[in-house]
Amino acid sequence: MASGAEPAIELTGVTVRYRVATESIHSLKEYAIRKLRGRMVHGELLALRDVSLAVQPGERVGIIGPNGAGKSTLFRVIARVRRPSEGRVVVRGRVAPLLELGLGFHTELTGRENVILQGTLLGRSRATMLERMDAIAEFAELEAFLDAPIRKYSTGMTARLAFAAATDVDPDVLLVDESLSVGDERFRAKCHARMSGFRERGKTFLLVSHSLGEVRDSCTRAIWLAEGGIQRDGPAAEVCDAYHAWAKDGTPDPAGRD
Amino acid sequence: MSATTPVYDSARRGLRFVEEARELWDYRHFVVELTSRDIKVRYKRSALGVAWTMLSPLMTMLVFTLVFSTFQRQPIPGFPVYYLSASMFWLFFAQVTSHVVSLTTDALEITKRIYIPRSVYVASAVGVGLTNTLLSLAPFVLIVLVTGRPVFWTWLFLPVSLLIGTIFAAGVGLVVFTLALRFVDVRDMYQAILLPWFFVTPIIYEPSLVPAEWRWIIRYNPMTYLVEIFRAPLYNGWLPGSKTLAFAILAAVFSLAVGWFFYSSKVEEYGLRS
Repeated sequence: MASGAEPAIELTGVTVRYRVATESIHSLKEYAIRKLRGRMVHGELLALRDVSLAVQPGERVGIIGPNGAGKSTLFRVIARVRRPSEGRVVVRGRVAPLLELGLGFHTELTGRENVILQGTLLGRSRATMLERMDAIAEFAELEAFLDAPIRKYSTGMTARLAFAAATDVDPDVLLVDESLSVGDERFRAKCHARMSGFRERGKTFLLVSHSLGEVRDSCTRAIWLAEGGIQRDGPAAEVCDAYHAWAKDGTPDPAGRD
Repeated sequence: MSATTPVYDSARRGLRFVEEARELWDYRHFVVELTSRDIKVRYKRSALGVAWTMLSPLMTMLVFTLVFSTFQRQPIPGFPVYYLSASMFWLFFAQVTSHVVSLTTDALEITKRIYIPRSVYVASAVGVGLTNTLLSLAPFVLIVLVTGRPVFWTWLFLPVSLLIGTIFAAGVGLVVFTLALRFVDVRDMYQAILLPWFFVTPIIYEPSLVPAEWRWIIRYNPMTYLVEIFRAPLYNGWLPGSKTLAFAILAAVFSLAVGWFFYSSKVEEYGLRS
C-alpha cells in the first residue's frame, strides 16, 4: 500500500469554536429559566481558525506557541477529544495518546490492577495487559511492588509505572502532551531511549510542548501557533529560532499574519 | 499500513446512536475493569466490606418492620420478605442512577484528555449495581428462612426480572448521567425526585392501602410494575401477570430508547464542560 501518499494526520480548514455563554451556566434551573425567557446569548471564542496541515507518516512535529494560541485545542481535535466546528480531521493509523502520566490511576488499587485499568482505558484488552505485565513491571523496575496499592508508592514509583504502562504500545501515531521524562537521572535516560525507539521505528510523532529545547531535540518540524492560526510551519530549528526571537522581544505578530 | 489500519475521520458520521453503541462495545474491556475497580475500592475502604452491603438493607427492613407492625392495623403477612423483594429492585435502581452522577467527575476529567465513549460509565454503574444486588440475595434467603416464609420455584424467574429492571435503570441512568455532565445541580435535584418516588411506589405498603382517588398515581408510576415483577415471584410465589409484565417491559424499552437517544444526541455538547 502506498502509505507515503496519504498523510498520517490531515487537517482541512479546521475551526473550533467555543460557545462561551452557555458553558458558564452550570445549573439546570438557570438554564431552564433562560431558555423559557428566550434569553440565550452565546459569546463565541475561536480557539482554532481555519487551520490546514498535513503530517506525513514518520514525521516528527512539535507544536509551539504562547498560552491560548490553540495548542491544546489542536491536540484535542487530533486526539478526537473534540470535534471541529468546521472542517475535517483525518488520522490514519493506531493512535496512542501519551498524556498526563497516571491518568485514570486509582490510589487504592494495586500497581497490577492499575496497569490493567489504564490499558483498557486506552482500548486494549485485559488479556493483552496480562501478557504485557512482566515487561511493564520490568521496565518500571517495580516487580516487587506490583501487588501493593499505589498509595504506598512514592511519586517517582508511580511515575515510572505510569510511563512504563503508557508507552507499552505499538502505535502508528504518537501524541505527546508534555515532557515525558520522569524519575531520577538513570530512569530518565531509559525514558529517552524508549522515545527514541519510537522515532527510529518511523512512528509519526506529535509533541505539544512549552520547551523549545525538547522540540528542537526530538522533532524535525515545528508549527508555531498564534491566536488559533498557523504563524509559521517549517524545520524545527528555524521555527524555534523565530519563535524564540519573538518571545524575547515581546512584539506581537511580527510576521504580520492576515 | 495494512488494510485494517483504523482511520478516524471527523467528517464521516453515521447515525449517532448506532456509532455510540459500537464505541461502547469496543470499550467493553474498560467497562469490566471500571466495574471491578468500583467494587474493589468500595470493599477495600470499608472495614465491614461486603458485610455492610448485605447488612444495610436489612437494617432498613428492620426499621420498617418495627414501624409497620406498630402502626398498621392489618399487618402484611411476612412483611420483611414483602419489603425486601420489592426493595431489591428499588435499591438497585436508586444505586445505579445515583452512582452515574458521581461518575461524571471521572468522565469529565478523563474525556478532556482522551477519547472514550462516555457511556462506559453508565454501563459500569449498572455492573456495580448488579453485583451488589446479587450479593443481597444472600441476606434475602436468610430472612426468608428465618421468618419461615416459603421458597418458591418462581424464584427462577428472577433473571428475567433483573434483565427488565436493568434495561429500565440503564435508560434512566443515561438521562441522569448526560444531564449531570452538563449541570451541577442535577445531583441534588435527582435526590429530591428519588425520595417522593419511593413513597408513591408500593414498596412498604400494599396498593390497596391507597385511597381510591389517589390510586391513579400508582397506576401511572412505571416503578409499580417493575417492583411487582420482583415481588410476585419472590414473595407471592406466582409469575407476574401478563399485564404487569407487559407494562414493565414497555417501561424498560421506552426508558432505554429515550435514554440512549438523549445520550447520543447530547453527550458531545454536554460532555465538554470544563
